[in-house]
Amino acid sequence: MQRGKISIQNLNLHFGKHHILKDVNIEIPENQLTVILGPSGCGKTTLLKTLNRLVELDDMVKIDGKIFIDNEDIFHTSTDVTDIRRKMGLLSQRPSPLPMSIFKNVAYGLSLNGVRSKKQQIPLVEKNLREANLWDEVKHRLKDPAIKLSIGQQQRLCLARGLAVNPQIILADEPTSALDPISAKVIEQQFLELKQNYTVVMVTHVLRQARRLADYVVFMYLGEVIEQGPVHEFFENPKMEKTREYLKGAFN
Amino acid sequence: MWKKIEAQIFHGLMVLSVISLGVILFLIIFSIVYRGLPHLTWELVSQTPQGGFYIGRDGGLLNAIIGSLYLSAGAVILALMLSLPLAIAMNIHYRKNKKLVNSIRFVLDLLWGMPAIVYGAFGFTLMIFFGIKASLLAGIITIGLFILPILTRSMDEVMKNVPITLLEAAFSMGSTKAEVSFRVLIRQTLPGIVTAVLLGFGRGIGDVAAVLFTTGFSDNIPTSLTHQTATLPLAVFFQLGSPIEQVQNRAFATALLLTIIILLVSLASRYFGNRFKKSIIK
Repeated sequence: MQRGKISIQNLNLHFGKHHILKDVNIEIPENQLTVILGPSGCGKTTLLKTLNRLVELDDMVKIDGKIFIDNEDIFHTSTDVTDIRRKMGLLSQRPSPLPMSIFKNVAYGLSLNGVRSKKQQIPLVEKNLREANLWDEVKHRLKDPAIKLSIGQQQRLCLARGLAVNPQIILADEPTSALDPISAKVIEQQFLELKQNYTVVMVTHVLRQARRLADYVVFMYLGEVIEQGPVHEFFENPKMEKTREYLKGAFN
Repeated sequence: MWKKIEAQIFHGLMVLSVISLGVILFLIIFSIVYRGLPHLTWELVSQTPQGGFYIGRDGGLLNAIIGSLYLSAGAVILALMLSLPLAIAMNIHYRKNKKLVNSIRFVLDLLWGMPAIVYGAFGFTLMIFFGIKASLLAGIITIGLFILPILTRSMDEVMKNVPITLLEAAFSMGSTKAEVSFRVLIRQTLPGIVTAVLLGFGRGIGDVAAVLFTTGFSDNIPTSLTHQTATLPLAVFFQLGSPIEQVQNRAFATALLLTIIILLVSLASRYFGNRFKKSIIK
């Protein structure tokens, strides 16, 4: 069974008059960690938010092209946008816990997936918190407001909450950029474990992080995909001039 | 040099305005307390009028106290039923349609600025049209309309300022608009909703112009929506108009009572607002 394979075909995206994504074609393999790499403002985050159609919350946006998730067209009129989003958990740059307790943050995700009774939720909340490596730190304070946790803990809570929806794909937008080095390391470790069971798509502009984590790399520059390929090929034998410049640090 | 003088001028202006505000507030409260407190008896708050000088001598104003509470509570419930869905729709469902939402905001701001007497006249017109007599119900509808823009815009203002990242987080999990509205947005803005409700309650209970034509007046405590009812502001209005000093003194006692009720409502709004604040996202 194919799970979480993403195919982006001829994707163009405009914000008003600005052409943000230009003819993007990417094949994201399932059960691997794909890193979208590129300097700030190249459209990485927009691309990520297009995958779960979150970008449509903005009123100026116009999208052309197709995105298939396991051969399902996500822009098709018969596709329910909430179904698409439930297939994907999103971690943003800064964690955004919901205004409720630690327990309820995870339980909210469960309830979206149909698990509504508290009796069923209790063991699953524990499972998801363990999966996000947070259980031991919060098991005595599940009723505390989520906002009381440290930023690193909040990010792992958001991960647990995302996992509670039982997605196939995890989208991450520079998930470690707001964290201290130790929390960042914990999250990175998490991602290496997660890719066993999920397709992970991560946006970053940190080359070393891409090198440590990625199986597959997509390099974007000014809204265009310059090069994509398996991580070793990409870093050791880049084909495009732009990629070589970027890897040398020309854009920083 | 010039900067220092500028800073001193503005500092002076600030001190001046704070002092004048303080003095005005003190004088208002002092005059009400000075003339009203000696006449604020247990009898006044525990009995209905028992005759003499027309609501001026015997008995109390329990009819107006209860009437005012019924009226404001009813109006707040009515206004809340309309304003909460409207504020949510403006900030979740029609968020992308900025033109529409901004026009609604503009209209609501106009309505907010409209004098209460206009609402009173409108309520009166409605009553004639539908053949309703002056009653608690007519008052509730009129006050409800009067505080509707206040409630809606106050809630809208709080909801507008909810961090977009929070809504994105909720939507990205696959929540429907209803789930985001009722399980995330309302929870996040609960302190603001409570403040809006109590602000509306305070405006409703203190207003006289909107109820002048619509509630009538009665010495009895209303037991049905169709009964006429007394209200505290109207009682102040009638009592102050009396030539007899004893009745005027009771007007000040009534005003003091009204001030105390509004003070309690403000304190309650702060208390509940803070209680709900602990888990909201900043």
